[in-house]
Amino acid sequence: MKIQTKSDLEKMREAGLKTLYPKTTKISVGMATCGLSTGAGKVYEAIQKEVEKGKLPIRLSQTGCIGFCQREPVVDILEQGKPRIFYQGVTPERSSELVHQWLENKVVEDLLLCKMEREDWIVDGESKDYSILKIPDGMDGTHHYHQIPFYSKQLKIALRNCGFINPDNIEEYAARGGYLSLYKALFDMKPEAIIEEVKRSGLRGRGGAGFLTGNKWESCRKAKGDRKFVLCNADEGDPGAYMDRSVLEGDPHSVIEGMIIGAYAIGAHEGFIYVRDEYPLAIQKLRIALAEAEKTGLLGDNILGSGFSFKINLFRGGGAFVCGESTALMASIEGKVGEPRAKHIHTTESGLWDEPSNLNNVETWNNVPVIISRGADWFSKIGTEGSKGTKVFSIVGKVNNTGLVEVPMGITLREIVYEVGGGIPDGKKFKAVQTGGPSGGCIPESLLDLPVDFDRLTEVGSMMGSGGMIVMDESTCMVDVAKYFMDFLKDESCGKCTSCREGTKRMHEILTDITEGRGTIDQITLLEELGWVTAEASLCQLGGTAPNPVLSTLRYFREEYEEHILHKRCPAKVCRALLQYRILPDVCTSCGRCAKVCPAEAITGKQRTKKEKGKPFKINPQKCIKCGMCFEACKFKAVEVK
Amino acid sequence: MTQTEVDGIVKQYGAKESAILAVLQDIQSKEKYLPKETLEYVSQRMGIPMATIFRIATFYNALSIKPRGRHKIDVCMGTACHVRGGTKILDKLERDLGISVGETTKDKRFTLESVRCVGCCSLGPVAVVDGEVFGRLTQDKMPSILKEFK
Repeated sequence: MKIQTKSDLEKMREAGLKTLYPKTTKISVGMATCGLSTGAGKVYEAIQKEVEKGKLPIRLSQTGCIGFCQREPVVDILEQGKPRIFYQGVTPERSSELVHQWLENKVVEDLLLCKMEREDWIVDGESKDYSILKIPDGMDGTHHYHQIPFYSKQLKIALRNCGFINPDNIEEYAARGGYLSLYKALFDMKPEAIIEEVKRSGLRGRGGAGFLTGNKWESCRKAKGDRKFVLCNADEGDPGAYMDRSVLEGDPHSVIEGMIIGAYAIGAHEGFIYVRDEYPLAIQKLRIALAEAEKTGLLGDNILGSGFSFKINLFRGGGAFVCGESTALMASIEGKVGEPRAKHIHTTESGLWDEPSNLNNVETWNNVPVIISRGADWFSKIGTEGSKGTKVFSIVGKVNNTGLVEVPMGITLREIVYEVGGGIPDGKKFKAVQTGGPSGGCIPESLLDLPVDFDRLTEVGSMMGSGGMIVMDESTCMVDVAKYFMDFLKDESCGKCTSCREGTKRMHEILTDITEGRGTIDQITLLEELGWVTAEASLCQLGGTAPNPVLSTLRYFREEYEEHILHKRCPAKVCRALLQYRILPDVCTSCGRCAKVCPAEAITGKQRTKKEKGKPFKINPQKCIKCGMCFEACKFKAVEVK
Repeated sequence: MTQTEVDGIVKQYGAKESAILAVLQDIQSKEKYLPKETLEYVSQRMGIPMATIFRIATFYNALSIKPRGRHKIDVCMGTACHVRGGTKILDKLERDLGISVGETTKDKRFTLESVRCVGCCSLGPVAVVDGEVFGRLTQDKMPSILKEFK
């Protein structure tokens, strides 16, 4: 059906409400990449088999990621008159139990994550109350979704639909307020008014640079050109950040709607979404969503009968980090090698094929429909003075609760790491949190009370970037981390500027020397010098920010560098060349596991049997390749690393 | 790949400069690499110089001009996987398969690659085999995973 009027849109919304909240029980399986990698596909099949076998009155659906990726596969059950419940760590083997218990009004207690009594529809500000009449047995101690630490501090604007709708179903997107903002923009607002609203909202680009979105739109609208382009940067390259993947896989229409509104405001009729090659599922979901939007007349010629036409092309990247940079991305779309160019003239004036082009990233576009619907005043009340709204962070690494969290700007790092993230596992000590990807830096414990926003992170030598937050504990070596980033950057530098091509390579060589015990103390000065030159003499921000991981670790963790250089010791026990493995004879139980797993046949001893006691095992340092297999295999902590 | 097959791919995207990456990716996913003679035909068919095509084919990580094995293992080397021991997984595979990263086993069964973040950071260390993502890996889990890929 082509949507032409507001009542058509209402009809689509009603159809979506019917599948979102059906009369029968609905079971949804989180099937984003994170869910699939832990076996969500097999869980889905197992439930499907159970439903078909027993001809059960259950509707099975798939959804995106609810953010708590660590607990995947997540399965939720919704039935009218009951609280919605979320199960975690579901396996195919336990799927049948979960289905049948529910039909008997019972829950599987040990798999419960949380319950929910209402959900918020952020786009139109309404909420859906489940009007609970009956509570299944075994739910006494179950925490409420809004009360468990992982979710209690979150405010989901960008992730509003992820984990709640079937991403392949445009009607379900409409049911939670989708495409209403587009209607409002096309019929109730002038392009200038839209730009003004976005400007007043204070929305800043979520991709890294944090440029004011409204200002960018305005300069593109004012730029002279026959054709104008609106682009979406979905080349989420920062390792450790994956919110864009989650949005594209769980709520692709939110990005499409944002882009159409932007195109109308700017006066563009053609757009591109540049998705990185490493996200095949996101590409698949986008393909389906774009086809659906075209089929219903929400994309293409004469959108909603307004006379405005806009087309979106999907462009698959080639696996090059530098293509996340605006000019490199545009070169890549043009069919050239993805190399950046000097930006004496902004891309908003001369970008793709030298025409005015407006590029925003996934999360930025996804925020637009909410701003149009709720208004700039509502949006700008959230966040800090200079950074409005919320930001999605991927909190990963050495932290108890890993996943995607969306919090208002201005929350402290401590709240994110210790409250939302639940602190550091295994009683280890926090060391640093790395933000901003390879362009960012490592923030030490002394700065944990820092409110997180664009400006404050830059002040301490890191940056917001696209929102990756990698938590590091005492067993993470900061010199190794700096080396890791330099290895990344030397590979990903396109090689156009000598300073970046050679600078990253030389810095990597020096860091390798230090981690392998060949470092000298004057190399630290050389690192700082090289870092300065690389930053100052490179064209794009890849080179411009490349030294950040080295400089920030030198700033806050210089003693670790000195320890490596002066005492040939890696305090975190990571740098292999400086380590020594040893079996503690008093602790060794002579079980022989270590010798079995050792790939280098470096471990010998006499295994105990039922009759004999055996002798403690020993590692031959000449043969040891320091792979750590024995350390991982030993159940008695008898292997010591020094 | 036959010329007719290449024609089909080119037709789908159009014989224009901006279609070159998409065309090469489709050839790559079918052939698992970019054979020289196929590239020469693409060059002629699309009117793009061989030098330009070669430059693109060697610039993007997704493309390869070297033949690859039946199965491709991508070990994630993102930051989160790195701090959780991704390097150890890669080392283990290098030892077990007897090849270095970027190489293919003699029996053409596996090609070992590293990839910069597949976006499954909360489940690290992660590896992808033929598009299937495996999370929460340890060194000793690897042999049983690879057994499934003949």
